[in-house]
Amino acid sequence: MELLDLTALQLGEAIRRGETTIPAATQAALDRVAAENPQNNAYITVLGQQAMERAERLQAALTPDSPPLYGVPMGLKDNLCTRDIPTTCASKILGGFTPPYSATAAERLEEAGAVLLGKLNMDEFAMGSTSETSCFGPVKNPRDLERVPGGSSGGAAAAVAAGMGWYALGSDTGGSIRQPASYCGVTGMKPTYGAVSRYGLIAYASSLDQIGPLARDARDCAAILDQIAGADRHDATSVAGPYGNVLASLDGDLRGVRVGLPQECFGQGLDEAVERAVRAFAKALEARGATVEEFSLPIMDYAVPTYYILACAEASSNLARFDGVKYGWRAEGYEDLTDLYNKTRTQGFGWEAKRRILLGTFVLSSGYFDAYYKKALQVKAVIAAAYRAAFERFDLLLTPVAPTAAPRLGESLSDPLKMYLSDIYTVPVNLAGLPGVSVPCGADEAGLPIGAQLIGPAMGDAMVLKAADAYQREVRA
Amino acid sequence: MTWETVIGLETHVELATATKIFCSCTTQFGGAPNTHCCPVCTGMPGALPVLNEKVLEYAVKASLALGCTVTQNCRFDRKNYFYPDLPKAYQISQLYLPIGRDGKVSFPLPDGGRKTIGIHELHMEEDAGKLVHDPWQDQTQCDYNRCGVPLIEIVTEPDFRSGEEVVAYLEKLRETLQYLGVSDCKMQEGSLRCDVNLSVRPAGSDELGTRTEMKNLNSFKAITRAVQYEAQRQIERIQEGKRVVQETRRWDENKDATYPMRSKENAQDYRYFPEPDLPPIQIGDDDLARLRAQMPEMAEAKRERYQAQYGLSAYDAGMMTSEKALADYFEECVALGAEPKTACNWIMTQVLRKLKELGQEPGRMAFTPDRLCRLLALVEEGSLNRNTAVAVLDAVFEDNGDVDEYVRAHGLSQVRDTGLIEAVVAQVLADNPQSVADLRGGKEKAFGFLVGQCMKALKGQGEPKLVNETLRRKLEEL
Repeated sequence: MELLDLTALQLGEAIRRGETTIPAATQAALDRVAAENPQNNAYITVLGQQAMERAERLQAALTPDSPPLYGVPMGLKDNLCTRDIPTTCASKILGGFTPPYSATAAERLEEAGAVLLGKLNMDEFAMGSTSETSCFGPVKNPRDLERVPGGSSGGAAAAVAAGMGWYALGSDTGGSIRQPASYCGVTGMKPTYGAVSRYGLIAYASSLDQIGPLARDARDCAAILDQIAGADRHDATSVAGPYGNVLASLDGDLRGVRVGLPQECFGQGLDEAVERAVRAFAKALEARGATVEEFSLPIMDYAVPTYYILACAEASSNLARFDGVKYGWRAEGYEDLTDLYNKTRTQGFGWEAKRRILLGTFVLSSGYFDAYYKKALQVKAVIAAAYRAAFERFDLLLTPVAPTAAPRLGESLSDPLKMYLSDIYTVPVNLAGLPGVSVPCGADEAGLPIGAQLIGPAMGDAMVLKAADAYQREVRA
Repeated sequence: MTWETVIGLETHVELATATKIFCSCTTQFGGAPNTHCCPVCTGMPGALPVLNEKVLEYAVKASLALGCTVTQNCRFDRKNYFYPDLPKAYQISQLYLPIGRDGKVSFPLPDGGRKTIGIHELHMEEDAGKLVHDPWQDQTQCDYNRCGVPLIEIVTEPDFRSGEEVVAYLEKLRETLQYLGVSDCKMQEGSLRCDVNLSVRPAGSDELGTRTEMKNLNSFKAITRAVQYEAQRQIERIQEGKRVVQETRRWDENKDATYPMRSKENAQDYRYFPEPDLPPIQIGDDDLARLRAQMPEMAEAKRERYQAQYGLSAYDAGMMTSEKALADYFEECVALGAEPKTACNWIMTQVLRKLKELGQEPGRMAFTPDRLCRLLALVEEGSLNRNTAVAVLDAVFEDNGDVDEYVRAHGLSQVRDTGLIEAVVAQVLADNPQSVADLRGGKEKAFGFLVGQCMKALKGQGEPKLVNETLRRKLEEL
């Protein structure tokens, strides 16, 4: 049995059956990390001995009734707070910061017997689509080390793709789970806004951020979601929702399921290979009993500017607390308080973070607030309404995740506007607060993975995973 | 030219909730620095606020008591600025949809008149921490204990014309909020803080002059003096042909003057926007009706009722209502059957004396109304004389001891046995023929001596009225 080829659920079962042990699985993953991390830079922090000690303890407490993911080694994106383990957001400004508490999602996985291997690289403060803005250096795509893994959860996607852990938690504000999942050929899911508590997720854009799983397949994602979703008294925006039993609902049967294809997602700028792969994906859904129909969703064109105004506005406020006073890194040689702020923030933040802080500060400024921020909030409501209307006709929407497969390292950073525009298919989902899953669906001519995105109505997380799972059953069959 | 002073107030009041507005840390005043803190109130990365429902309840009650319209669909906004006492670098406050709007408050003035002022708005927000400068180390240290203590800010219309009006309003505000139980309003602990916006204009003008905002006003006395000083300063500037600069000024208590802190003309842009971490608040009609029904009788209403219903003097009614805990105490005594005026007298003289002696507040008093009532009943029925009763109260007050038990244990009951008293009186008259003769000769003083001899024989416990009567009767019979 090649442990690293198993899904998380398969590994959990093998552990429960005694076919392998938690320490053996943990050691196998750590060996893979030791071999691959110097190349792909997926992990910022690796918990070698700590992970092995936890594996031993879990093994000792194993019972035949242990939960499905008990003992399965995994990683967390480094914007999820972990008690007594450094949490950096891939930023110099959080240097030396060790949280005194853990994110709710991390805690819930720990309770379910997860073995934490380490903290995963990302774009600084989750700002970016390539995982190149990390102060720890860029993450590289394990499928092609010349390529980016996508972002901002690039380390999470790369780790799962390279067998450096069976699954990971990432965060998705405008596509940050789905797009890297697509570039690296893994399954990644952004749940409905509020489905997973954001407590302990270092905020980028609070009204859009959502924690979600990256894993080998839709079934793993469902098992993880079952573990982490549900109301949390520490997050006022979290909801109870119909969660906890999603895995059991994946039956592969899509009869009567109506799937809508927004025409706007299949037009200009879309790579031919991607279009082909997504249309083939639609055929596979039909084979499972779904009906597929094209329709028009013109409001999508406003999503990218709306997203960047709202996300940057919130980010400018969320990132203001990193001032060198309380925790993290502080510049040296300051003369007074203002100088301490200026030097710390000038030297502590990277370019992309600074660009977004400045943009956000501008759109909230007196005199500009109405024209930008307020208008964007109104457009957000219109977009959400358009999606609600679409879900009166359809159970699911199907789109590409990104216009192309993974670009080369360095290509996107030189043209941020182009990078922002490549978020076109993913950002409307965050603006509308909907669940979306990125499912690997083939490769382009260069052999780079392509992803299809399934979008569901609010609280329709089980539906998107059910369709993703049905597709994966269909292509395996 | 005569000048008119125009004043508006922004008052910050700390709410008396047990825990902070967005986390479960204690709101207790004091405590070693940074011991009443958690990831939420210190603005740790990833921490999120969750609204304390009590804060909302208190803010709605305060809004209702100040005659405001309650915003049933309201929300929080972020006010962004950098300062080390504000760990998130934004304050969660309310700008766009404050919980209360368009209120009115009417209050008595010292000259006997009344004044009504408008409340512009009332909103909820979190307090910031405290910065302590250590001159020895030349360091500023942050104490975040106060971070997240719930506040309401009450903004009035510019309706005040003098410092006396301001103080009269603040006294009414303090009384109202204390009666609601939403704040203890202790200025010295900073739980009631007041900023004064002041401008001057020629009497009769409708236009508002340029205003300044005064901070650091820590007492009613400071407010009165600062208003006088600042109005005079502005008038003098205008008379000198200079203009008043719109700015924030700090009151210096020691120098009796205000000094500029920062100019409002290059004011900070707080970049307010809706707080995304807290869902909008909806207050249902039912909830509002329930809170309205819970509103207590306020001090002014009680004062009027005590005079009309119990016949207390205005002064006594004022004393009984000076604190809600005291008014509650008084009303409970009356409900237990005490004669209102008697109860009022005992509370004003003895209970308040003991509280002062012990340094206690009425709200924390151990001595319960039923104990006081029992004591009053013993005096009423003649079992205890007044002085003994005071001594009993002194003895049992602190630990709320049982009055009857104490009286029994110390043998303090008055002698009302007429047979015994008659025997004693007869003996005293027999033993003191000279005094009887003196009395007959018109020396009234001798009567007092004879009473004293009787009381001495009764070990001080003879019921005075009975002893007096018996003595007079026996003297006549002689």
